[in-house]
Amino acid sequence: MSAISYKIIELVCVLGIVSGIRLMNSPKTARTGNLLGAACMLIAIITIMISDEIFSLNILRISLVLGTVIGCLLAMYVTMTRIPQLVALLNGSGGAASAIVAFVVLTGSSAAISGIARFTGAIALVVGSVTFGGSLVAVAKLDGKISPLPVVLRGHFILNLLTLIGTVILIPLVAISSSNTATMLSVLLIVISLIFGILFSIRVGGADMPITISLLNSLSGIAAATVGLATSNLLVVAVGAIVGSAGIVLTKIMCRAMNSSILDVLMGKTSLSTATQMALNSVGQDSSPQTSRTTPTAENISAVLNKATAIIGAAKKIIIVPGYGMALAQAQVQVKQLLAILEAKGKQVKFAIHPVAGRMPGHMNVLLAEVEVPYDKLYPMEAINPEFKETDVALVVGANDVVNPAARTAEGTPIYGMPVLSVDEAHYVIICNKDTCPGYAGVNNPLYLPRQNTIVLLGDAAETLSILLEKL
Amino acid sequence: MNDWVSPILFFIAATVGYRLISDVPSLLHTPLMSGMNALSGVTVSGALIATAFAVGTGSQFFGAVAIVLATINVVGGFLVTDRMLKMFKQGRL
Repeated sequence: MSAISYKIIELVCVLGIVSGIRLMNSPKTARTGNLLGAACMLIAIITIMISDEIFSLNILRISLVLGTVIGCLLAMYVTMTRIPQLVALLNGSGGAASAIVAFVVLTGSSAAISGIARFTGAIALVVGSVTFGGSLVAVAKLDGKISPLPVVLRGHFILNLLTLIGTVILIPLVAISSSNTATMLSVLLIVISLIFGILFSIRVGGADMPITISLLNSLSGIAAATVGLATSNLLVVAVGAIVGSAGIVLTKIMCRAMNSSILDVLMGKTSLSTATQMALNSVGQDSSPQTSRTTPTAENISAVLNKATAIIGAAKKIIIVPGYGMALAQAQVQVKQLLAILEAKGKQVKFAIHPVAGRMPGHMNVLLAEVEVPYDKLYPMEAINPEFKETDVALVVGANDVVNPAARTAEGTPIYGMPVLSVDEAHYVIICNKDTCPGYAGVNNPLYLPRQNTIVLLGDAAETLSILLEKL
Repeated sequence: MNDWVSPILFFIAATVGYRLISDVPSLLHTPLMSGMNALSGVTVSGALIATAFAVGTGSQFFGAVAIVLATINVVGGFLVTDRMLKMFKQGRL
């Protein structure tokens, strides 16, 4: 076959991948879309190996098989709660791969490449390394290996600025230097970029993880696209660019949902530092006797549970609001059982999903789908918010910041202006949370103040729901 | 290859991607993201060529590492996306 026909096959594969993404806009066709994308990718890779006559090289075959085996194992054994970690990890491995390819092209390839190609190669080196460094920190934070709170080093901003300036200076230097100097400078560029990635990721708070993951996703695409530009590989350019802009769309959606800009997130402005948190809490404490509720007696608990059961029993319309606490307590199973019982009693039950509930975009939907809650019962925030007014019970399971009415009133706090689910408009609010501490954003939730129509059931959400289930 | 083809393709693809992704409902954002994640492993094709034409064992070794990492990205990404999408079921209306 001629070179042109190979290019045509590659182009068809890109179109196939695009159609695959199109099919992702409905849950009915999404699976087909994903399989189409995977098939096109496979065909494209095989085509490239045949056209460049490198199909028979053992080093390539062994590496491909090894990667496939590891990828399969990761995908098969991950639990749905830990999907954000896996996605972050895979982002990191993609970014690292792009950086390494750029390194090999810049320092050890027999093919002579132009100055512009070397320049884009140097950019790929940077973006790939930043993605890798940032993703590793994200994985560690999501997995609880390091604290999810924003870490701010002394002179964090200056350090960030220095690494940024360093990369900007080094990129053209790598592009124009050759042989040993190029290798040395490339290694230096990788190290600085890694530090930059770690620095930006480490100061982002846990609640902003959906934004961070979206951003890293975008970066991994851009890293790939720049590798494509450096190697004149049209397939990689096209697909990388699609992924890059996809990540940007998701980042924008997440930012809008939190009413913050990407800069605020990167600067750590969306989470309060511990000191400000304490100050705010002590101010709030004067008028809020929360302490009375933090040490409930045994009879107290059972009385409260009975009251909650009665209210749920009498309700006709119930909206369940899941949050990351549900995932932590693995309470999805109980939530699904509750849904079954309530529906059997002829009650109307819907789920309200906040765009940033959980640790990545759409996390709650996946957890509920896993326990076979039909997706047509899951409603996004804009669709369900007007319905709280005519809802008998809003049942909050492990959500805090996303239902905090303070977002509408508490000026100067990180969540002020963030769109929240209006659970406080429901006739009754029942909250199953671990404690009454502020959420990740560090802002006290007025829902915890004693009110006639709010019941707070403290403790492990799975256990609380199990007791409720028995009583119903 | 004309120097202009790749950058133009980059912008077209980015625009198309932007449009497509804006249409995906928030319900599917997690599988969408892991699917996109798998696609970013397309860099594997660059890794394959770079490794095949690399001079010196060091470069070859690095290239092989890149292939393994990118393949993990592609295979793991597509598989886990499929696992998730399989779970989305419609209720009886």
